[in-house]
This record gives sequence, structure tokens and C-alpha cells, in this order.
Amino acid sequence: MAEPTITLNVTRYRPEKDRAPTTQTYVVPYRQDWVVLDALNHIKDQMDGTLSYRWSCRMGVCGSCGMMVNGTPKLTCAAFLRDYYPQEIRVEPLVNFPIIRDLVIDMTDFMEKLKSVKPWIIRKEEKPVSEGEYLQTPAELEAFHQFTQCINCMLCYAACPVYGLEPKFLGPAAIALGYRYNMDSRDQGKDQREIIGNHDGIWDCTFVGECSVVCPKHVDPAAAIQRSKVDVTKNWFQSILLPWGQR
Amino acid sequence: MSAVGPDPAKLYHRKTPATWWLTNRSYFLFMLRELSSVFIALFLVVYLCQLYQLSKAPDAYNAFTQKLNSPGWIFFHLVALLFALYHSFTWFQSSAVVLPLRIGERLISRPIVTALHVGAWAVVSVIVLILFLALKS
Repeated sequence: MAEPTITLNVTRYRPEKDRAPTTQTYVVPYRQDWVVLDALNHIKDQMDGTLSYRWSCRMGVCGSCGMMVNGTPKLTCAAFLRDYYPQEIRVEPLVNFPIIRDLVIDMTDFMEKLKSVKPWIIRKEEKPVSEGEYLQTPAELEAFHQFTQCINCMLCYAACPVYGLEPKFLGPAAIALGYRYNMDSRDQGKDQREIIGNHDGIWDCTFVGECSVVCPKHVDPAAAIQRSKVDVTKNWFQSILLPWGQR
Repeated sequence: MSAVGPDPAKLYHRKTPATWWLTNRSYFLFMLRELSSVFIALFLVVYLCQLYQLSKAPDAYNAFTQKLNSPGWIFFHLVALLFALYHSFTWFQSSAVVLPLRIGERLISRPIVTALHVGAWAVVSVIVLILFLALKS
């Protein structure tokens, strides 16, 4: 009996000779336990070594293998062939990012945005080492823990239509990261993360909510953004009504 | 160290098509939610016109209200009502995301928070309806 197969339609773009992306069809073995990444690795190993794509851990923790699978941003290490079989699978690079080659996108903008929210503990006064560690209760940790789980896979940026239409938008992951530090009890740097409350920060977001739907680590960046809106608005009113108040 | 990276001239930029919101159900429902405010605004304009007619003679008001009895206007108001209900319901769903409610240490689930909002909305609506009927009689 012939081995079952499944068809993958994969975007190809070779900047040295292509003007625009094209689609190349590969017929790969269908295995019950295979994910799309296994199929891509099979193509690379056995069929076409020129196919370029990013991957690493193959277990959903590194965030490298994000691609569009049948139009939905997914980690290809978490997209099982059996969920699509026997239909054909379309594999494309993450949308809203420029394509470097084949399935590899340019993430420079994303990296710049992550840095722009100052993702580190900012203190008004550093505690001397002799005074020991910063103590944090379980409740204080719980207030921001969920937002620490981001693996920078950029699926949320591919899902966000605002980012697709307005590339200046700070984006879900960067805002969630900023929120993570703002909510950390050890941090005192909220007023230095003013980029979050700027026009291209939270206020570009129209709460489509798709970022949280596609997030593989359940970070819920949409919640971080909407809660930041409440927070920033509250702070603004406080600064107007109580300008002498120290936070 | 010199900057190494892709040749910016060779990067391929894909444009978001104007039909992006037709590509999946979530995007479509989002656009319906946004569109609901247009119908609510249109309803308010009609309502303000009605109030303006009320400020003039009773004949003017009656003539205007008669026009609103036409099938076209009734259909518009039905559509506007459905959009207004959808608008309010999605607002309560959004509230559940923004305000994490707790009983002690336990977080109340979002569908329950939405249901609580809808319940409170129903109670207030009933109270308003009773008041309206009492004042009318």
C-alpha cells in the first residue's frame, strides 16, 4: 500500500533572482505525529535543500518557527498535519513583516520596539547589595507573571490588522512587555515608559483581540494593552488633578 | 563591527489588502462591532430630529412620527437596535478583559463577568421599562 502523503504549498522568494514571491508545491509523507515543521525539515533534508526557514527548539518555547499556516499565524512546531489532512497546507512567511528569503522575515522593527519600552527593572534608587534582595510576595508576582511568558514569536504582530495597516504601531508583544515591567512591584520606572502611552502606543489599538487568540503562550497582550489604557488614563487624570502628588 | 543584515532594497514588502477583514471570522465580527457605532449615530440623528420636531408644533411632531411608521424606517430602527444590542454585549465582553474581578483569591472567569454585566443591564432595563409604563399611564 502506498504511503499516505500530504501537499504543502510553500512560499518561495529568492531575492537574487525573484521579483516577487511564488509558491512551490511539495508532496511529503503524511505521518500522524508530524507537525508542519517536520514536513519542512523533510523537504529541506530529502527534497529541496534550498528552502530557507527559521526553527530551533521544535517544542513551542523558542518562538523561532512562526509562519502563516493556511492564513493563520502559528508556530509550525505546534501545527499538526493531522489537523489539516487530507487538505493541502499553505505555508507562508508571517504577514506584516518584510520577507528576506522564502519563509524568513525581517524582524528588525520588532526588536527595536521591544527595546523601546525599556524592558528592565528601573529604580529611582538602587538598593545597596548589603541590604539584600528585593522581596516579592506570590500575589505581587501573580500581578504580572502571565505577561512574562512571551517567547517573542511575533504571531501577535502577524495577527494584528492595526500593525499591518500602521507599521509605526508599537504592537502587542512590546506593550505587554512594558506592562510586565510596569506591574512588577520591584519596578519604579513607569514614567520612563511614556512610549506606551503615546499616539503609536496603546492608543493605536482598537481591541481587535486577535493577538491574544493566536498567542501560543496565553500571554493575553490584548488585556495588557486595555489595562494599560486604564492605567495611563488614571495617571493622566492624577497628574492634572494632583500635580504635586508623588507616586 | 560593521552592520550585517539583509539588503533593504531586496526585502519584499506585502501590503495589507483592503479586504483584510474578510479573511477570518474574528476580523469580520470586529468590523461589525465598529460598524455598530455608525448605526447608533444615525439613530441618534433621527432621534434628535424627532426631539426638534417635538419642540415645534404638535402637528410637526405627529407628521414626523407618521413618516417613521413607514416600513423602511421601521426596518432601519430594527437594524439599529440589533447593532446597539451587539455593541453593548461586546462592550461587556471587553469589560471582562479590562477588569479582572476576584472573589477573595479566585479570579472570576470572563464569561461569568460578561453574564453579570448583561444581568445588571437586564435588571436596569426592566426598572426603566416599569418607570416608563408607570409614567405613561
